[in-house]
Amino acid sequence: MDKDLILLGHGSGGRLSHQLLDELIIPTLSGISTTGQNDAAILHHDGRRIAFTTDSYVVDPIFFPGGNIGHLAINGTVNDLAMVGAQPIAISVGLIMEEGFSRSALAEILRSMREAADLAGVVIAAGDTKVVPRGKADRIFINTSGIGYFRHELEIGGANARVGDKILINGTIGDHGVAVMAKREGLELDTDILSDCAPLNGLVESLLEEGAAIHVLRDPTRGGVATTLKEIAIQSNVSISLDEVSLPLKGAVRGVCAVLGLDPLYVANEGKVLAIVAPDVAERVLERMKGHPLGRDAAIIGEVTDGIGGKVRMETLVGGTRAVEMLAGEQLPRIC
Amino acid sequence: MNRALLDEFSNRELVQGLAKQIARLAEGRETPLTFMEVCGTHTMSIYQYGIRSLLPDKVRLISGPGCPVCVTPVGYVDKAVAYARQTNIIIATFGDMLRVPGSSSCLMQERALGADIRIVYSPLDALALAGKNPEKQIIFLGVGFETTAPTIAGTILSAASRGIENFFILAAHKTIPIPMSILSDDPELAIDGYLCPAHVSTIIGAEAYRFLAEEHGVPCVVTGFEPADILQGVAMLVTQVVEGRSTVENQYRRFVLPEGNPKAKEFLTRVFVPSDAAWRGLGVIPGSGLAIAPEFARFDAEKALPVTVEKPREPEGCCCGEVLKGKITPFDCPLFGTACTPEQPVGACMVSSEGSCAAAYKYGQ
Amino acid sequence: MCLAVPMQITSRDGESITAEIDGVSREASLMMLGEEVQVGDYVLIHAGFAISRLDEEEALETLAIMRECLALSQSPT
Repeated sequence: MDKDLILLGHGSGGRLSHQLLDELIIPTLSGISTTGQNDAAILHHDGRRIAFTTDSYVVDPIFFPGGNIGHLAINGTVNDLAMVGAQPIAISVGLIMEEGFSRSALAEILRSMREAADLAGVVIAAGDTKVVPRGKADRIFINTSGIGYFRHELEIGGANARVGDKILINGTIGDHGVAVMAKREGLELDTDILSDCAPLNGLVESLLEEGAAIHVLRDPTRGGVATTLKEIAIQSNVSISLDEVSLPLKGAVRGVCAVLGLDPLYVANEGKVLAIVAPDVAERVLERMKGHPLGRDAAIIGEVTDGIGGKVRMETLVGGTRAVEMLAGEQLPRIC
Repeated sequence: MNRALLDEFSNRELVQGLAKQIARLAEGRETPLTFMEVCGTHTMSIYQYGIRSLLPDKVRLISGPGCPVCVTPVGYVDKAVAYARQTNIIIATFGDMLRVPGSSSCLMQERALGADIRIVYSPLDALALAGKNPEKQIIFLGVGFETTAPTIAGTILSAASRGIENFFILAAHKTIPIPMSILSDDPELAIDGYLCPAHVSTIIGAEAYRFLAEEHGVPCVVTGFEPADILQGVAMLVTQVVEGRSTVENQYRRFVLPEGNPKAKEFLTRVFVPSDAAWRGLGVIPGSGLAIAPEFARFDAEKALPVTVEKPREPEGCCCGEVLKGKITPFDCPLFGTACTPEQPVGACMVSSEGSCAAAYKYGQ
Repeated sequence: MCLAVPMQITSRDGESITAEIDGVSREASLMMLGEEVQVGDYVLIHAGFAISRLDEEEALETLAIMRECLALSQSPT
């Protein structure tokens, strides 16, 4: 296979993406250790910490059940800041549109962005707009960058998981990815599933009141819960054990996954946070999550165990055990 | 019948009860038992539910050539790639085919380079593409065993009755019973029984395996794909061995009839003719393929659309053949996890999402 | 090798059906199914086609055998 080619899998968040980042992008752009990656960068300036992050949104379809690219673009960046424990303040928006794109579609996307920003309590402070010739972009691409500040001294990051910690999630898995895939041409399935796209900074703020007992926060976006936990297991050099029975899963998501041959553990989420916390606060954190509108279906889904670093195992629905590895490339619907 | 009852087939307690039954049956056995499954859905289910961890050590499950994508030869992919490069052609395919390596490229790479390749859920969706794109030729990649072949047959019949002229199939369909008999006669393998495929059997019927049990002496149990089905199927195989019987039993009676699906079988005989088929890793197996019948040659891409293809090159060091025959596990292959990984696969076993190597890599042991 | 899912028929129009599982629906064809089916029946759907109809009696019988096995494994020996 031609190794000079950049493939779709390089951008999908799984193993191929990590390879590209680790082998080329990070070494070239900065000296930061490849194991130190979190959802946002933490900069130290004048004795204070600032969180800074960026993300680009190239989704297809741009309008999907439960939201659109505008919601994603704001919430995604807000959430990246929240995951390192920062309070998001401001977002910048870069729009790249293909000539011929609909102005009314743009208007709706912009309204969604404003709506999302207001909900998250952030201001859209800077932006840029470009239009490229027809065929040079897929309708609209959006980049958002965000800054946040810290109201505390807590160190939250992917390397902080400790043996004995409990792993929680604030709700059902796979909603976003399935909502999007079910509507793709060629796979049209009739379903009510909506994307779970939402800003998590409010929920996270209430969790941070538990202080230093909150060790890791991460949103399982591309690559799903499986890939995210695998990343954390590697970063923290711990073993993780999951309990499939306790994974919150909507029936309809299970149904679509059964029909298309997908594994919900690997499907993207846009309104979920994985929290890895000290065992003595786990029940309290669960209650905090459940007390928040975005956490009604929260659950404790596993724990950090003694064992070989980087391994994730799951006790299956029927009591067997299986390993959980990282996704390679995009998960494709299968027939066989 | 309702969802709750369907869910019973993955009920934890029932599964645990069956696991205990198997342990009891296998107790005191000196020699281990080796059962082969020849169905990619079984491979996936076994890994997904961690079935092997529920079985006693002396009951082994091995995977055979049950993944039609895995056994698709390099030459077929090369042909699909050659067609994909033509600008007037749209390739429609099941998602599984995208990453199968050809001699120098694969469909995913061709798509990255601009070829029009669409993933569909049903061959009927591909036929719909033909209607929506009258100026293009649509080629559907016809891969699969006896479950899928009738769906392609039905699609061809539908295209014929509607007079559609820009729809073609690149056919590589295979049948499973003949390879099963070849493997069961292989002295190096010592298969003690077959978990027969769930869904192929809905088409060909449980009786299709009788010759294996009676003439080749291999116990056969047609088994469903839910975890309780698989364990019950294994229990039935162990029982046959312990009682010294060799016959065909049907665990999946709720969907599989002794004679299968006569209408689907009739579709097969109407649209396809038996042919010799090349199986990746197993070589050419006479009579194990389904070629499009002369009456429908106008839908056969190979007959209707000319294309030049590079000479196929098998990858060096690839042990897919041995893995597909169940002679070695994925972990025994020297390329597994190093030169051959899901994102840079060498052989088809690693590429197909239900291939033995891909499943082993993802679910591990 | 053949991903097929049991789904319930919710409507029928000649050879075309709508089948549903867990609130997810899809169109499918009865073209290759000779057995008579009606709305409410469960069928196995593969690649947009119904390939077999669920025999409820057999399903219940299979479950009964499995439950018997469970009872045996739980009873004191």
